[in-house]
Amino acid sequence: MAKAKITFEDINQTVNVPAGTRVIEVSEKVGAGLIYGCREGDCGTCMMEVTEGWNNLTEPSVLEEKVLKENMAGRHNRLACQAQILGDCKVKPA
Amino acid sequence: MRPVFHSTLVHGTRKRGVVEKMRNKSMDVSSHRQAVAFADNVYWIGVLDPTLRTFDIILRTANGTTYNAYLVKGSEGVAIIDTVKESFSDEFFARLESVADYKDIKVIVLNHLEPDHSGALPELMRRAPQAKLYISQRATSMLKALLKPSSEIAYTTVTTDDTVSLGDRTLRFLHTPFLHWPDTQCTYLEGQGILFSGDVFGCHYCDKRLFNDQVGDFRFSFDYYYAHIMRPFKSHVLDALKLIEPLKLNQIAPTHGPILRERPRRYVTHYRELSTSSLSTDINEQNQSLIVFYMSAYGNTAKMAEEIFEGASIDGVRVSLYDLEGGEVDPFVDLIEAADALVFGSPTINGDAVKPIWNLLSSLAVVNLKGKVGAAFGSYGWSGEAVRMIEDRMRGLKMRIPIQGLRIKLIPTTEELSDCHQFGENIAHALINPNQGSGVIEFSDIH
Ligand code: FES
Ligand SMILES: [Fe+2]
Ligand SMILES: [Fe+2]
Repeated sequence: MAKAKITFEDINQTVNVPAGTRVIEVSEKVGAGLIYGCREGDCGTCMMEVTEGWNNLTEPSVLEEKVLKENMAGRHNRLACQAQILGDCKVKPA
Repeated sequence: MRPVFHSTLVHGTRKRGVVEKMRNKSMDVSSHRQAVAFADNVYWIGVLDPTLRTFDIILRTANGTTYNAYLVKGSEGVAIIDTVKESFSDEFFARLESVADYKDIKVIVLNHLEPDHSGALPELMRRAPQAKLYISQRATSMLKALLKPSSEIAYTTVTTDDTVSLGDRTLRFLHTPFLHWPDTQCTYLEGQGILFSGDVFGCHYCDKRLFNDQVGDFRFSFDYYYAHIMRPFKSHVLDALKLIEPLKLNQIAPTHGPILRERPRRYVTHYRELSTSSLSTDINEQNQSLIVFYMSAYGNTAKMAEEIFEGASIDGVRVSLYDLEGGEVDPFVDLIEAADALVFGSPTINGDAVKPIWNLLSSLAVVNLKGKVGAAFGSYGWSGEAVRMIEDRMRGLKMRIPIQGLRIKLIPTTEELSDCHQFGENIAHALINPNQGSGVIEFSDIH
């Protein structure tokens, strides 16, 4: 299975994950400083900043775009409970 | 028994409610279904739930609780702040109707959407369809889940310093997330200096006398509520206090327990004390604190623990060693809250870690362990599952496990003891240099 590396910059931890894994599944296991509310792309609590590898995450859905907008997201923000890891990337809490 | 203040319900004068005669001894809100005025045009329209004994399964409520809801009348409309648990809706609506008409309700505020306060909301919105609902941004997903998908509800999301006018008076919002739900906010009535604080400053304490200067001794309930509901969110409490402390506070009106009208600021100060670490200053602030807890059956895990203790004792790390056999859970929970790294040692007996370890690990929901360093070790006979199980539990508590656990079969040899020493040292280094990459970890190792 294809693998990808995601780095959580706040705790400087890199994890080698199977492609398609959601960021939330990893961040919770390693204790990164991302917080979650609804866990289903609705509340915007889990907003993170993608510092590298923006294109190595799955495209945001229409719903995610909407929630990002409602939460006044910046250009490099994504929802950690939605974004799936396809290739190497680095993230930190927004 | 007719309390004195019923005399204000003169026949023909509709919708006056009960005027709470200041400091009236015969105050008894359980004897009627009227609203209780406690400031000019500000009313309590909540309910008592005296028989409740456990709340949300985990919380004990020795004399029940209250669901406090409030009504504020302005020159240009009425605001309802929070509602009650659904099964108590009748009484809530009766109190509301005693002072206001549904058609005059302009504003409905929910400080958070937990069912004990949002239970009567759908029906209230049905009765007052013109009213506008004000909630925090994070409450929107909860709201959708709460109301039937069929009903399109209009709501406005608000945050700190947003206001809504009722004509001659204004409500101002304070964004206070995670106290104790992600969507929590507080609502402040300007001018009159009343803070509708939601669950913050609340407690599960049921008393028909309603006000902090009238009710029985509720200090225990107040602290207990803080310890179980707010304590995991201490840093958010401190953020919220930054918004609350500068306010003029004449009264604090929470959603559970007494209305704090007598020296309300004491409760704010108390929250600050409870949320500030009491770890005394004789520990060098720069030092990281690492605690080794262990339980030993034949002394082997104990030997490992001592060696790990020695190994971890490097510059900049203050190490403590505790045998769980000699302590109670509660003080250990306090220690754990203040520590930076936790190392648990348990033998594997019958394929499991031993009970004192689980007792401790299952008592940690009241503290925030996120990001603390964790590690596990233990001696074993036939199989060594305990270490892996403890690691999984720590991950569940959102701790990070930079160093893989150490298991040793039966009695540690000299060589194995030096592995323990090294293990302790590695944990200590991972603690003071989180950036000195522990390398890449495999998802399958943590999954
Ligand atoms: S946790 Fe709610 S949007 Fe991700
Ligand atoms: Fe609550
Ligand atoms: Fe509550």
